[in-house]
Amino acid sequence: MNQAEKEQYLREYALLKNEGKPFFPYAVAKDSIMAVFVMIVIMLLSLLFGAELGPKVNPTTTTYVPRPDWYFFFLFEVLRVMRNVPKFTPMATIGIPTLCMIGLFLLPLYDRSPERLITRRPLALASGLATIACIAFLTFSGANTGSPNQVNLPVPAGLNKAQRAVFMAGEVIVGESGCEGCHELGSNGNNGPGPPLTHIGSRRAAAAIAQTLKNPTAPMPSFANLAKTSPKKFAELVQFLSDLK
Amino acid sequence: MPMPKLLKRPTPAAPNEPAPLSPVEAATEAGLTVVDWIDERTQVSQGLRWMMFRKVPKGINWAYTLGSATMFAFLNQAVTGVFLAMYYRPSVTGGAYESIRNINDNVFLGQFVHGMHKWGASVMIILIFLHMGRVFFFGAYKYPRELTWIIGVVLLILTLAMGFTGYLLPFDQRSYWATIVGVNINNTAPFLGPYIGDFLRGGPEFGATTLSRFYAIHMMLIPGLMAALIGFHLYLVMKLGISAPPWLRAKEPEAVREVVEV
Repeated sequence: MNQAEKEQYLREYALLKNEGKPFFPYAVAKDSIMAVFVMIVIMLLSLLFGAELGPKVNPTTTTYVPRPDWYFFFLFEVLRVMRNVPKFTPMATIGIPTLCMIGLFLLPLYDRSPERLITRRPLALASGLATIACIAFLTFSGANTGSPNQVNLPVPAGLNKAQRAVFMAGEVIVGESGCEGCHELGSNGNNGPGPPLTHIGSRRAAAAIAQTLKNPTAPMPSFANLAKTSPKKFAELVQFLSDLK
Repeated sequence: MPMPKLLKRPTPAAPNEPAPLSPVEAATEAGLTVVDWIDERTQVSQGLRWMMFRKVPKGINWAYTLGSATMFAFLNQAVTGVFLAMYYRPSVTGGAYESIRNINDNVFLGQFVHGMHKWGASVMIILIFLHMGRVFFFGAYKYPRELTWIIGVVLLILTLAMGFTGYLLPFDQRSYWATIVGVNINNTAPFLGPYIGDFLRGGPEFGATTLSRFYAIHMMLIPGLMAALIGFHLYLVMKLGISAPPWLRAKEPEAVREVVEV
């Protein structure tokens, strides 16, 4: 905005203000009604949902799945999407949010056009709507993300009912054992340090898989104990992995 | 606009006839004397008149109440927070968790106030984003209100920081692990990251000092900053005037139109 546009705006604004009404009681009345409405909503939320307390802190647990409050889901989702490229994790966690905040912060300094009507600011309209859509989408998918301790793969075609049950059982064991901490399984788990297991069944025979599970390369934990204490579970695990083709 | 009858000064009695005062009149008179005494020294009525009777432009609609609604949610957080602080103990070993349990289970209306604080946070975040959307789409951040916008963005960041620091305080599993993740995320920032992490944890390990640190940040540092910035934000809103809806055009003043007609 140049000097003439600034003066034009101030003049126009002074006229509009002059045609307006006094703050008290007109604006105060609207604000008060809104305040009462906000208060009622907060009280209703409190009465309906309360403030339940989860289990007490246990710093030694390793299976707890931390979740942020809903208004951080979009950040959480950015982090989750970027988890398979560890090189870019700082970019997802710090870079993108910081850049967005700086962009918001400096908005009036780089958008200096005198036009205020949104229909005549196509770029602002598009970027505003895109930002809202992005945040809404990320919040939604962040809210619907399953626990990382859960593995969810499509059941391969061509399995009969009993085989399908074994597949499902093996999937649960993989989730419980935390394999996806180091292995990628379809859209679940982390890519590394272990090799991806999405198609492990086409690369290794069942016997080889069982052998690796019992006698793995460090730092992978051995499943020899599971094979001893619960051979059925171990067999399901091996069958599940060799079904991944 | 004519002044409402209540706000008018009572007409003073003529000096030569001292009318006897009834008790009600005497009380009113005493009240007015106190108000006058304060006003004579602070001149607050001048400022109040400026604040309350300034004009707001034509066409103000309900979207314009979002800012004050956000402030109201902040006040709700402040009041409920004070009551929670009366019962809360920021101690890892001495029962942060137990004190919240006590608030929920034993204190009169405890869970209700705790719930209002918890859900008030969500309501405040929604309102602050709606308010920001209104300001963005109405182009209200443009000249001369740039600084108001910048302060508003700082308030948004501080509100999110309140959400983050407050999440730890109940000290249940969820808050503990989510905060560990949050602090670790801060740690990954380039250059400053490790220092921010150490500052938040109060050392290299997540421990007893971390909780009291989060508590102090959550109930002293950030609320103080926010109250000051809200005051400045409001002052600018009053000083510069509430922005007019962008689709309105002012009528040319009478004098100009007459000249055109001639």
